[in-house]
Amino acid sequence: MTAVPGTEALLRVQGLQVHFPIKGGLFFDKTVGHVRAVDGVDLAIERGSTYGLVGESGCGKSTLGRAILRLVEPTAGEVLFDGTDVASLNGEPLRRMRRRMQMVFQDPLGSLDPRQSVESLLSEPLRAHGLGGGTRGIAEKIRGLLDAVGLPSAALRRYPHEFSGGQRQRIGIARAIALEPDLLIADEPVSALDVSVQAQVLNLLEELQEQLGLTYLVIAHDLAVVRHISDVVGVMYLGSLVEQAPADDLYEEPLHPYTRALMSAVPVPDPVVEENRERILLAGDLPSPANPPGGCRFHTRCPWRQETRCDDEVPVLRELAPGRLVSCHWAEEIRDGLLQPKSAEEVAAIMGVSVRGAGAEAIETDALVQGIDQPIERT
Amino acid sequence: MSSVLGAPVLEVQDLAVTFDRKGEQPTKAVDGVSLTVAPGETVGLVGESGCGKSVTSLAIMGLLPQRGVSVRGSVQLEGQELIGSSDKTLRKLRGAHMAMVFQDPLSSLNPTVQIGTQVTEVLLEHREMNKKQAEAEAVELLDRVGIPDPRRRLREYAHQLSGGMRQRALIAMALACSPRLLIADEPTTALDVTIQAQILELLKELVVDTGTALVMITHDLGVVAGLCDRVHVMYAGKIIETADRHELFARPRQPYTGGLLASVPRLDAGRGAPLTPIRGSARDAIPWEQGCAFAPRCDNAQDDCLTEVSGSIVPLEYDGPGRELRCRHPLEHPPTPSGATALGAVR
Repeated sequence: MTAVPGTEALLRVQGLQVHFPIKGGLFFDKTVGHVRAVDGVDLAIERGSTYGLVGESGCGKSTLGRAILRLVEPTAGEVLFDGTDVASLNGEPLRRMRRRMQMVFQDPLGSLDPRQSVESLLSEPLRAHGLGGGTRGIAEKIRGLLDAVGLPSAALRRYPHEFSGGQRQRIGIARAIALEPDLLIADEPVSALDVSVQAQVLNLLEELQEQLGLTYLVIAHDLAVVRHISDVVGVMYLGSLVEQAPADDLYEEPLHPYTRALMSAVPVPDPVVEENRERILLAGDLPSPANPPGGCRFHTRCPWRQETRCDDEVPVLRELAPGRLVSCHWAEEIRDGLLQPKSAEEVAAIMGVSVRGAGAEAIETDALVQGIDQPIERT
Repeated sequence: MSSVLGAPVLEVQDLAVTFDRKGEQPTKAVDGVSLTVAPGETVGLVGESGCGKSVTSLAIMGLLPQRGVSVRGSVQLEGQELIGSSDKTLRKLRGAHMAMVFQDPLSSLNPTVQIGTQVTEVLLEHREMNKKQAEAEAVELLDRVGIPDPRRRLREYAHQLSGGMRQRALIAMALACSPRLLIADEPTTALDVTIQAQILELLKELVVDTGTALVMITHDLGVVAGLCDRVHVMYAGKIIETADRHELFARPRQPYTGGLLASVPRLDAGRGAPLTPIRGSARDAIPWEQGCAFAPRCDNAQDDCLTEVSGSIVPLEYDGPGRELRCRHPLEHPPTPSGATALGAVR
């Protein structure tokens, strides 16, 4: 594991799996297969640090976040929060545990009840957990919360639709920190916001972490956002972690072929950089998580795929250097430049798909892939 | 620069779009926008939600509803005036001479009609082909935009394709008649980065191969940096800065452009590199008649940014070769060797 001696992990996830059944058949709810949204993930988050989880739509990052909070039931595996297995809790103990782990959602309007005023939205969690010390205590606490997230106290009597996107996300954050949680899981916290407002919310999250000593799990598809905010970054592909490393190391020298391709695809707002960087184009689309490729799951699109091992041997997440985990059989050879990447055309020819995109898999899984955390339209 | 590339494909002069609202002041969504696009040129239109960039594109295509909307100004496609043209004329031009790719590929494809029918429809309508020829051409088009096994795909429906494939199918439809002008409105916003890279690469190739003029509408400065030759930055319905892309990113003059660049987290900047957000949100804009719409959020703002003090609306003025600027107190940049990035200057 990544825990440095002397520091303790607040959250430890071991062998977590979330499989969703695919129902089929004419009359009966027969299970005809499983979508392996999360398929055996281990990770640890140190107290007070930020863990960034990146990956493309359908890689299972949101499901992983939800499974940690038990908003979806894990199929297998352990979620140890401060030493307690969350997966084994039920009823009242689970409810009490949830006070300490809160979530900030992607769509600030969709996650705030349109019929509740801000005051009611913020006092509800306090009342539900019997915190805040009576009506007067709660009122005072709410004013403090608004202050902490940079909203005027006049906001109390207003309703979510009266605010702009950035302000709504502030309300969502205020609600999440109302219970003084230890862990905050933020699922795409800024992807629905305009660029100029994104920066405000990112800065707010960092300020709050400093003031309240929060631990963050930030889930996002935007690698630049994740790099900006994270101490440790994990990259997911088709339900598994393919690489995990301290943020700066990961961005300086990505070890997994998928991480390399992902990083080279992110546009940088600087024409000089854009013109001089090398782009690793991947062949095809993400394979279906209902029927993932055998061996290394990335081998169907990997520019560094080798004739041996890649197709039939599942790579394990192993430690290449201190704190740097990677699941690739050939990581050392790729790092040292002993293996040369093939172009997207060559990969496509070998795998029998098109250069620019492979066909979608079965209908039901494609809909599923599309449905998960698609960025919200901004125009 | 545009002048060496020949006569412009698209010339927009003083375009204004106003939406009437019941019992309220009409909303000026686009307020005096002028731009030209030459063949083989890619022009970016950048701005945040609500700045009027999409309405501009719809007005150019003549796709705005007629009731409750007034469109003024001039839009010329290869010399032909579009504003005020009959629906019939526009129908003939759309698809054949100008085409558009929208943000959300799923809702711009008909879910109940096979992809093939939707692609051949354009060909049958504009290119006097029979069904057989149209089908053969459709296969070629899908192949050209990188859809594998195009014959099978023609028989499929939109929901059977992945997001990236749908966007490719739409691009294929837009290209069916080799239009002189292609407008892409946030074509990659709904896609993952690796798929986005594929689509941007495809658009780049198309512009080079066919000499199509491309108008790229986006909020993503990274996409602009990689793709566009010239960039217009819009705010509250007006163009506030125009520059060649290298110039714009190296020396942004409008404080809004500078602010945008300083507030985007960059992949190549370290953990904790400071982000300087712009204060407030686009909602704080004031009407241009009262002063610079960005003034309430601007750190450089002074009294004469208000019309009341200066006596005139802030004009869009010449600001060096190839540049235009709408600002009375722009960001100053010391003369820097070329190739330096903007961020040092802005932060």
